[in-house]
Amino acid sequence: MNVLTDNWDLISDGFVTTLKLTVYCGLVAIVLGTALAACRVSPVPPLRWFATAYVNIIRNTPLTLLMFVVALGFPKLNINLDFITFAVIAVGGYTAAFICEAVRSGVNTVPLGQAEAARSLGMSFNQTLTLVVLPQALRAVVPPIGSLLIAMVRNSAIASAFNVADLFGTYNQMLENGDNVILIFFWIAVGYLIITLSMSAAFAALEKKLAVAR
Amino acid sequence: MSSQATVLFDAPGPKARRRNLIVGVVGVGLLIGALAWILYRFDQTGQFSRRKWEVFEYTRVQNMIVDGLWATLKAFALAVVGSLILGALLAAGRLSEHRAVRWASTAFVTFFRAMPLLILIFFLYLAPANLDHWPGFLEFINDDPLWPLVIGLTIYNGTVQAETMRAGILALPKGQSEAAYAIGMRKTQVMASILVPQGIRAMLPSIISQMVVTLKDTSLGFMITYPELLYVAKLLGSNQDFEFPFIPVAIVIGSVYIVICMLLSFLAVWVERKLSRGRKGRPPQIDAPVGGTITPKPDAHLEVSV
Repeated sequence: MNVLTDNWDLISDGFVTTLKLTVYCGLVAIVLGTALAACRVSPVPPLRWFATAYVNIIRNTPLTLLMFVVALGFPKLNINLDFITFAVIAVGGYTAAFICEAVRSGVNTVPLGQAEAARSLGMSFNQTLTLVVLPQALRAVVPPIGSLLIAMVRNSAIASAFNVADLFGTYNQMLENGDNVILIFFWIAVGYLIITLSMSAAFAALEKKLAVAR
Repeated sequence: MSSQATVLFDAPGPKARRRNLIVGVVGVGLLIGALAWILYRFDQTGQFSRRKWEVFEYTRVQNMIVDGLWATLKAFALAVVGSLILGALLAAGRLSEHRAVRWASTAFVTFFRAMPLLILIFFLYLAPANLDHWPGFLEFINDDPLWPLVIGLTIYNGTVQAETMRAGILALPKGQSEAAYAIGMRKTQVMASILVPQGIRAMLPSIISQMVVTLKDTSLGFMITYPELLYVAKLLGSNQDFEFPFIPVAIVIGSVYIVICMLLSFLAVWVERKLSRGRKGRPPQIDAPVGGTITPKPDAHLEVSV
């Protein structure tokens, strides 16, 4: 318990940084991922090609490599931002590729007949999208996005190796203080579990709320 | 694809085709603009200077890259074998009839799936040197950073593989095991000769996709000084004699990573296609006529692998 109370400031700062990373990266990933998914299902071939290429390349790139290129490569090109922004670009951009696929396969779960029926009723594109397709796609999309965002929180620990003082990054200072290594990692793990478990509870509740007997 | 109806769009008419063309031209223009900007940045910061690319002409550097690739593949191979064995054990444990075994496996899987892999690897890397009572037979972990990496990857990916395998087994129709029990097979026999051979079909694509994740995660090794590809990249990129050729090195090493991961991903897609075609087109040779077909639920292997 001493390890926790003695290092309370350090750990809570790291915890808040990891929370911040989670929120920023999550927002970037969802917005960019949805935009990419829109490109992937669009009727315009160049947009489709671009989104497909992005998804296939990023999904086959290790996040560490991406973080490495963004955090160490951008300054070489005279693009100097702070390390949290670099982490948000790398982790958010990485997760976006996965979110894109989740959204796309969610849209594809909606049967073609649904949209055809909506169009034959004279609904416009926006009406079809917002009243018929998206509400049904959302149900299929929420569970995978939940697990993707939880995986993102775990992945965000990589940022600590690139000068971001997040929850995992606190271990170094504590180790220098001579704290017990098992307890250090125990409390860091507890911090991550608090975030991931509350996220999975939130997504389970959301899923339950969206569930419709069919 | 653009000429037929999808869920979102009807087949485009003349007006929509014109609009799509305009959006397409603008999109291509933006992409070319972005590319030109990146190239301009490269040029401005002297990334095209001859000296920076000369680094690849040296045999020693080429050997370093090959050694790095070899180290990556070694960690990958060990971790894949380990995670498949651990995954099979944990899956068997989670499907066991003994409550204690079931609970222990479930706790293990839940805990290590929720933990960042990096924490596990760093713990294994730092613990032996910083603990007074590190057991002697585990001393080997401290000798080579390969072991913290491989053990960490094995534990994490083993739990994920276990969940995939369990889902594959559970997706089989219940009649399969009931029939096997009815003809007098034992538990182990039912599992080994009835459930696993059929479950493999549903699991294999997901198992290979998770191997891609394992391959990608070997790059975490560079943080614990394991001399794999990314570590080599860092070393080469900070070479003063070649004016810090970070960008050229990142482009080359990054391409190597992307290519090997893509090859493995293509394998997963190819296996999935082959298996699903086999199921639909030519049903496996079965002696006795059977009623139910063996189709696992489509979402059974929709495990998210990141």
